[in-house]
Parts: sequence; C-alpha cells; structure tokens
Amino acid sequence: MAELLNLFVKTVFIENIALSLFLGMCTFFAISKQVKAAFGLGIAVIVVLTLTVPLNNLIYNYVLKEGALSWAGLEETNLEFVGLITYIGVIAAAVQVLEMFLDKYIPALYNALGIFLPLITVNCAILGASLFMIEKNYNFSQSVVYGFGAGFGWALAIVLLAGIREKLKYSDIPEGLNGLGITFVIVGLMSFGFMSFGGILL
Amino acid sequence: MRAISLKETRKLLFTPLVENNPIALQILGICSALAVTVKMDVTLIMCIALTSVITLSNFFISIIRTYIPDNIRIIVQMTIISSLVIIVDELLKAYAYEASKQLSVFVGLIITNCIVMGRAEAFAMKNPPIKSAIDGFGNGLGYSFVLIVVATIREVFGAGTFFGLQVMPESYPVNNFLLLPPSSFIIIGIMIWVIRTFSKGQVEENENPLKAHTFKPLVVKKEGVDG
Repeated sequence: MAELLNLFVKTVFIENIALSLFLGMCTFFAISKQVKAAFGLGIAVIVVLTLTVPLNNLIYNYVLKEGALSWAGLEETNLEFVGLITYIGVIAAAVQVLEMFLDKYIPALYNALGIFLPLITVNCAILGASLFMIEKNYNFSQSVVYGFGAGFGWALAIVLLAGIREKLKYSDIPEGLNGLGITFVIVGLMSFGFMSFGGILL
Repeated sequence: MRAISLKETRKLLFTPLVENNPIALQILGICSALAVTVKMDVTLIMCIALTSVITLSNFFISIIRTYIPDNIRIIVQMTIISSLVIIVDELLKAYAYEASKQLSVFVGLIITNCIVMGRAEAFAMKNPPIKSAIDGFGNGLGYSFVLIVVATIREVFGAGTFFGLQVMPESYPVNNFLLLPPSSFIIIGIMIWVIRTFSKGQVEENENPLKAHTFKPLVVKKEGVDG
C-alpha cells in the first residue's frame, strides 16, 4: 500500500506529466485562459487516464508482450510492433464509449465535459502516459495508480496555470510577448518550481 | 492531375517557416519540441522523423480523401498516421538504436502531435496529393526550424558543444540552467517575442478589461454649433 502511495506522490509532483515530462502541451496552452474550463478539462483527463492506462496495461501484458499469447498456443509471437496503433485505438474507443455513457446516464457531467472529450483523444498526455507505463513495466495495480496520478498531476498543473493567466490579464506586458509568449515563460518558471520536488526520496 | 506552379510551391514551403509557424503561431506540437532539444543529434533525428511522417501522411490521406466518410475521418487519419509512425519507430530501432533509446516515447508521440493531425484535417482533406505533401513538408520544416534553433542555443550555450564537438573555449563553464528542460519554454517564449516584433500581424490583442477602459480616448460628440 505504501508503495502505491509513493508512486502516486511521485507521479503527481516529481514526474508531473505536464511540467516535468511536457506532455499534453497543446491543450495545456490552448484551454488555460479560464479556471473553469481548465478544471473541466482536468477532470476529463483524470477520468480518461484512469481508464485507458490500466486498459492498455492489460492489453500489453496479455496480448502484445513477447510470449504473452502462450495461452493460445503461440509461445514465440511478439506483437509489440503493433503497440502504438493498438494503444491509440484503445484510447479512441474508450473516449467514444465514455462519451456515449455520460450522454446517456450522467447528462450534467456530459454537458460540462462535452467539448473536451473528443479533444482528449489527440492529447499527447494520454498516449504518453500509456507509453511510459509500458516503458517502466508497471503491473496492473501500479498502472491504475499511475494513470490516476498522471491525470491528477496534469489537472493540477493546468488549473494552476489558468489561475495565473486570469490574473495576468491585468498586467502590462510588452506587445510581442502578449498572450502566447508570456505564457511560455510562465510555464517555464512553473516547471522550474516543480523541479524542486526532484530531490525528494520516497 | 494539375501541375502546381513554382510560385505556389514556394509559398506552401516557406509560409510555415516564420509567417505561419506551427509552433510559434498555431501552438501545435509543442510537447516534443521541449523534451528532445538538449542535444543536436537527437533533435535532428526527431525533425527528420516528424517531417517524413507529416509529408507522407498528408500525401496518403489526400489520395483517399474523397473515399473517407466524414464521420469516421479522425479514426482513418489516425490509422494512417500511426502506421507511418510505427514504420519510423521500427526503422530507428534497427538503424539508430542509441538515438531511439534517447528519444524513448517521443517517437510514438508523433501520432498525437497536433501538427500532423492538424495538417491532415485542415489541408490534406481538401487538397490534391502533391500539394498536400508539399504543405506537410513545409510544416515539418517550420517545426524543425524552431527545434533546431532551440537545440542550438541549448547545446552551444549550455554544454558548450555542438553535435558533441567542443565549440566554446575550455574555460566555458557548463550552464546547467540551459540544460534543464524548463529552459526550452523560456527560449521558445523569447523566440515568439522576436518573431512577433518583426511581423506585427501575429501580435495578440491585450484582453485586459481595465486597459481597454483606461486607454480608450473619450470621444465627445460635438453637436452642430452652427447657428
């Protein structure tokens, strides 16, 4: 249990998926003008990551990994090369199913997340988390915690950035730096801030 | 197929470099721009990988664009792009194993690189194959341009080397600030500033509600005073 808790803290703070690994940056910059929208997107990312990372973990361990198909009598099959296309397919399908499920059973949440869900399929943070999970060889329970932690870290980062940008509107910024330029600089500074967690040993 | 003129080709190739740069103006595909720019050789491999994927994906998507049903087009585009990325990934593993280890997941992440998807959706779905391929190549160059500038700054002023060769005098201390990943954010931020200083059209409106209020000249309507 303690090990999983450590993994969670490590994923959220030390290896924050937005500020240390730089994944999901496109949406990170585009949807961080208002805290409310950022919060909605953050929740959507948490939900999708918590679903897809364990799902991809199962598929990798029971279908794609070398020797994983031995239960079907195919000991030497190694399907790792179709990994990328499988993971992205799983993600696209999961997002689609989630969208239909929310539409039918939780319309309030669907309306809140509605526009963000399709965006998420092409968010590098989602595919990136799955790929990192495979590179680090997590088992199933670790992958659940990793998925949730990665989503939580990303959501935290985007809400923080949106908070800063809401206040930033009122400041006097040099003309060319306005908007995107200053946001890059701020994210750079935030990222330095998060690096200070780096020395923590758990 | 209608041949395209030289002028048009040039326009397709060079507007994404500075005028309509995918990273600096359209905020697309930043993720990998930040993580792979510590060393020139790795950066260059990433640029070649992305440029070839985007050129080919634009070309193939454009070939079948009239057969793709509208409501499943994203999946179709994704399938084509992922197949191309798998090929690139396997090629790198076979011929440049060290570099592919250093790039780790970022080659795979070309699939979700918004530039590739964005160009497929915005250009290749509406234009003939050759033109789309050139457009893809141009956008790949625009991406590479930013990456190479950032990587040059980081490697030369950070580690004092260029492609692993010492270029700074021996006494130059290693500048750890530039070697840390967050510095690339700040370098790109400043690059955007420079680009926008020269092409004013890209400057964003200041949305400051107070400023608009304070600086708006008070217009007093003068009524006719004749008579």
